Amino acid sequence: MLEIRQLTVTVEGRKIIQDINLNIGTGEAHVLFGPNGSGKTTLLMAIMGFPKYRVTQGNIIFNGRDITSLPLDERARLGIGMSFQRPPVVRGVKTSDMIGASLGDREDKLTIDRLAERANMTELLDREINYGFSGGEIKRSELMQLLAQKPEFTLLDEPESGVDLVNIALIGELINELLDKSCPIVNRKCMGLIITHTGHIMDYVNARTGHVMIDGRISCGGDPREILATIKKQGYEECAKCVLGRTTSA
Amino acid sequence: MREIKSSQTYRDKARAASAKPAAHGDDIDLGIYVSSAEEQPYQTDPSQLPAKAKEQMLGAGVILDDTSQRSGTFIQMDNTPVHSSSRQDDIEVMAMSQALEKHDWLSDYWWQAVAVDSDKYTAHVELNQSNGYFIRALPGYKTIYPVQACLYLAKAQLAQNVHNIIIAEEGSELHIVTGCTTAFKKEPGLHLGVSEFYIKRGAKVTFTMIHSWNPEIAVRPRTGVIIEQDGLFLSNYVIMKPVHSLQMYPAARCAGENATVRFNSILVATPGSMMDVGSRVLLDARGARTEIISRAITTGGNIFARGYIEGNAPDVKGHLECRGLILQGEGMIHAIPELKGTLANIDLSHEAAVGKIAEEEIEYLMARGLTRTEATATIVRGFLKVDIEGLPPLLSAELQRAVEASEEDLT
Repeated sequence: MLEIRQLTVTVEGRKIIQDINLNIGTGEAHVLFGPNGSGKTTLLMAIMGFPKYRVTQGNIIFNGRDITSLPLDERARLGIGMSFQRPPVVRGVKTSDMIGASLGDREDKLTIDRLAERANMTELLDREINYGFSGGEIKRSELMQLLAQKPEFTLLDEPESGVDLVNIALIGELINELLDKSCPIVNRKCMGLIITHTGHIMDYVNARTGHVMIDGRISCGGDPREILATIKKQGYEECAKCVLGRTTSA
Repeated sequence: MREIKSSQTYRDKARAASAKPAAHGDDIDLGIYVSSAEEQPYQTDPSQLPAKAKEQMLGAGVILDDTSQRSGTFIQMDNTPVHSSSRQDDIEVMAMSQALEKHDWLSDYWWQAVAVDSDKYTAHVELNQSNGYFIRALPGYKTIYPVQACLYLAKAQLAQNVHNIIIAEEGSELHIVTGCTTAFKKEPGLHLGVSEFYIKRGAKVTFTMIHSWNPEIAVRPRTGVIIEQDGLFLSNYVIMKPVHSLQMYPAARCAGENATVRFNSILVATPGSMMDVGSRVLLDARGARTEIISRAITTGGNIFARGYIEGNAPDVKGHLECRGLILQGEGMIHAIPELKGTLANIDLSHEAAVGKIAEEEIEYLMARGLTRTEATATIVRGFLKVDIEGLPPLLSAELQRAVEASEEDLT
């Protein structure tokens, strides 16, 4: 379970997230909506533990342990993983090297090949990671690395952006695999927090709860499909009105 | 063995250039080095060479205990060839003195790919001839295993003079591994090596050179390559151990149509090391191609990474890629890529980048569970991994092992 308590995050001295509370229970997948620049990616980066995203107030509790001051790599080893929206190109490091790194002690060529086949990435294994990748290739590569890493809690930053209609189903399948969605609810352990602008991914991934982030605050929580319908109909203006009134937790 | 005697013309030219400084690099005072060393005994079986020397040579890619995966072997200690052998009839591997005795025509190749009066170092080699190797693949013959050569500096304060000639006759294929190393850890020494390559029509040569010196050794290789029609020359150069001063700027000329040349260099400069290394290619015939790739890392030393491509014929294509990584604060990398075109329908390009490892890249790997040290090591390993097209898998693996053996010292 992930609990976020009164979290405030600054980036280069600027307060981006303010006083957020959020609970994601074991086996749950939540969706995060919000306009550009509202702080969604900042929240994910802060949960993952990137040093540039400084927590100036509040706590992040993962499975009962306060990880607020834990370094990035330790959080990863503890079971938190992230699919990046725009991951960096790392020249000379091949896609297969990244899967190997994500597998850690479990690294072996057969496993790498199987994962690549699963994500339709076999032809990209020998390419430098993210170098000249299309939008869809980046997303599949990110998910393939996460499948290797097997995180208990997955942060997904716009997993469907730049993905064509043919590939979006595959992206959905990979996310479901990551989130244990084939297991009965009671047996599910894996959790996720998914940023989406379009909501397309919700056609494939069954998320129970949605939240809207406006100006660094979470304005509401509820059925993600209802929230999406409201946003489509009325825009984020309606959500912005709620910000002043309340800050909810799921 | 026949004494090496060059023509009067070359000697005159050399004398005239004996004080001529090189275009690049520190000027080395040749007067502080001695030119003669004791003769070393010849060894029919290279595995009988002293254990310490063999260990040093192994570090530079030269395997002497089991030569079953080598087509031939040449070892020179100081100025004496101590072993030369060939396991194939169609490949000649011998000391230059012996080759000059065997082939009258060899003088036709003497100083044809490198000018004798290039600088004081080529002049010094001419005026103090002290052997070197001759490697030749006969027409149409293709080696499976590489020929290995080692130039070993055993006497401190010595100026080792070497003049090598490599000829790949028409349609042949030759793979060469050269390791240059030294017996001593701290004393000064000078290695002057002239290498002239002649790649005939349709021939292919891969030349992999590993340097493993010490912090007091100065090194001035002088290399020239002439590639005829449809010929291929592929050079891989690796230096990851300390050196006092290294300067080289091998030059290849694509003289025949569709000739191809690739230079890959991996340079690691530790504190106190000064390296000025480049590759120069002249595309002088229609359809000639080149690719120059260098990877430079400094952990405190200074590197000038040069590259020069000149396009002088139609439909030629050249690309130069020069990337430098500064791992610690004190070092310097100066990338100097140059392109010159003299007609319209040519395609020359370059890219150069120098800097430290981006924090974003380290963090990306850390987000997959790697520690900072592991992430840095992975990125450095990737940086040094140059995919070398055309190198036999055995050699590719050996080269990678040589690089990996030194990687641990970097992070």
